[in-house]
Amino acid sequence: MKLSTPLFAGSLATLIAAPAVAQTEVEFWHAFTGRLGELVAEQVETFNGQQDDYIVVASHKGNYSETLNSGIAAFRAGEQPHILMVFEVGTATMMSAQGAIKPVYEVMQMGGAEFDQEKYIGAVKGYYTTSDGDMLSLPFNSSTPVLWVNRDKFAEAGLDPDMDLSTWEQVGDTLTQLKDAGVDCPMTTAWQSWIHLENFSAYHDTPFATKANGFGGRDTELAFNSDAQVAHISAMGEWAQDGKFIYAGRRNEGGANFRGGECAMFTESSAGYAGIKAEADFAFDVRPLPYWEAVASEPQNTIIGGASLWVMEGHEDEDYAGVASFLNFLSSPEIQAKWHQDTGYLPITLEAGDLTREQGFYEENPGTDIAVKQMTTNEPTDNSKGLRLGSFDQIRGIIDEELEAVWAGDKEAQAALDSAVERGNQLLRRFEQSAN
Amino acid sequence: MEKRVRFKGIWLPILLVMPQLIITAVFFFYPAGQAIWQSLFIPDPFGLSMQWVGLGNFEFLLSDPYYRASFVTTAMFSILVTVVSMGVALYLAVLADRLIKGSGTYRTLLIWPYAVAPAVAGVLWLFMFNTRVGVISWYLGLLGYDWNHVLNEEEAMGLVVVASAWGRISYNFLFFLAGLQAIPKSVIEAAAIDGAHFWTRFRTIVWPLLSPTTFFLLVVNVVYAFFETFGVIHTITGGGPQQATTILVYKVYSDGFVSQDLGSSAAQSVILLVIVGLLTIIQFKFIERRVHY
Repeated sequence: MKLSTPLFAGSLATLIAAPAVAQTEVEFWHAFTGRLGELVAEQVETFNGQQDDYIVVASHKGNYSETLNSGIAAFRAGEQPHILMVFEVGTATMMSAQGAIKPVYEVMQMGGAEFDQEKYIGAVKGYYTTSDGDMLSLPFNSSTPVLWVNRDKFAEAGLDPDMDLSTWEQVGDTLTQLKDAGVDCPMTTAWQSWIHLENFSAYHDTPFATKANGFGGRDTELAFNSDAQVAHISAMGEWAQDGKFIYAGRRNEGGANFRGGECAMFTESSAGYAGIKAEADFAFDVRPLPYWEAVASEPQNTIIGGASLWVMEGHEDEDYAGVASFLNFLSSPEIQAKWHQDTGYLPITLEAGDLTREQGFYEENPGTDIAVKQMTTNEPTDNSKGLRLGSFDQIRGIIDEELEAVWAGDKEAQAALDSAVERGNQLLRRFEQSAN
Repeated sequence: MEKRVRFKGIWLPILLVMPQLIITAVFFFYPAGQAIWQSLFIPDPFGLSMQWVGLGNFEFLLSDPYYRASFVTTAMFSILVTVVSMGVALYLAVLADRLIKGSGTYRTLLIWPYAVAPAVAGVLWLFMFNTRVGVISWYLGLLGYDWNHVLNEEEAMGLVVVASAWGRISYNFLFFLAGLQAIPKSVIEAAAIDGAHFWTRFRTIVWPLLSPTTFFLLVVNVVYAFFETFGVIHTITGGGPQQATTILVYKVYSDGFVSQDLGSSAAQSVILLVIVGLLTIIQFKFIERRVHY
């Protein structure tokens, strides 16, 4: 083929310029609706408006499980998006899917953008990094459980709303006082496994599973039936029997009871903030998650829940440059600080946390920094870095079933947790087999 | 007397049944074959690799006491749904059959719920029985009954049965009514002249003549209860509390499509296939003998 040099150079220039003319599309599948959906759409619009090279197309694909499923089905059909939102429970599944995912640190390098992993908050980042310290996915929305208090309910029951509730011992006494004062719902919870077993274990520096909660290998085994967890679940079971702890459901059904003003205390994610602020017509308060003084002299740190963004394999290199640019945009202090303040999710970078403080948000909204402090005061240990367990969605289902048996009074805490561990271990062995 | 039509060649009859054969092959044999094949592996969710385990998936399932318990749950659920939906439908059909004025309106209204998708029906019932804001649970509270299907296993089962049976009542009603109207009035009138009361007439004339319809509905409703109710369960209880409403098909769905354990899900489908096959054989071998055509 003969080409005159000028013509060749000209066509090359067109090729290079092509992405600028026809914008490269980056598909982003997420699981947010309502207020959170609007906020995500706003972020995407801002990004699309800021530059001309790439256009991010965000699509809502249902709840967390449904979004993950859509992503998996799409990958099988060769139609996967560039960016897929996956909840923390699906982390181990995504990590073992080599050939389906492109690690975020690689994508960032491909994009040529400077990628400094150090700027991300350790307790958040740790959940999504390999044992070598490489970030595989970008934390997007991360929250941690806290204790929400209905101050008006306390006052009605003749209790001081400012009383110390930092230990479960204190909470236990308070529950009795609330019950005696005629409060129908002294306490309720959301996400029982996440808060009362997973976070409970990390907070008391007790293993949830062996091998550093699965970070050390797929041959991990569940270990949440030790004395500390049994004591906690057993106490909760007694409270449930006495009508001091009201069980409302496996997910965040309890939120409706708390926001409706029926419950005095509520253990829920820090991200419950947006909803509680919008709906509660009573004075409320955020407190750190309580700990058992009998188990630990002081609490370790809690772990996160929420989702991260995974980049899927099988796209053009220039697409990945766009992905990197978008992920960088999401990590920028301004975007993160706004997200943190709007939603109650944790800021994922230290800079975003600092910016929020400078803007005076924590002073205007007391208690909103409790989640950040609770996660970052102590350096995470092997027991509190996070969880990396395969088939974890199913394991949580098993835990839910066994805990329900305790709340209903059908089983003792020890028997229920032993059974959950045994059943969960079978699933872990299946996962180990599938990922070989 | 030979009633059957006889074809001369073999090709024309084959051609005539071909559409049905193709549909069965594409929509039944192919996927069923795939399920059997997949049940012998543990695949990873993304389809990147598959581990051969032979009958390992079946061993894993059948050694799990919780999975075995779900057979009992399924049996109870199916029997309840079938009995409730057919019983109520028959009662309503008998009433509607006797009604002369405004029967068209009643019939139309009774058929309506059939148009509601199971998952939507689930949400409707859940809303009425919601422990916090439900209308019915509120009235029950006034009567001093503390409704809590979130922790009470019997109540949860009752609720999913009612929600599943509700839409089915319309369908069954339609068939029962048609069946009742096909019974010659003269037979019933003759019995009435002989002094047979309503109940006697129903037992000795209507019920036997209605048996083909009843048998058909029995088969169809059992299949419905086995396969099409997971939408209701998913929206109302998610299989809980504990495992009180985890029926086999719901477990197939949740293990396969929520938890990505496709090997186990495929093995469960195969087990379900065998059970329904056996049930159908039993129904046709033993119950059909009592049917009068």
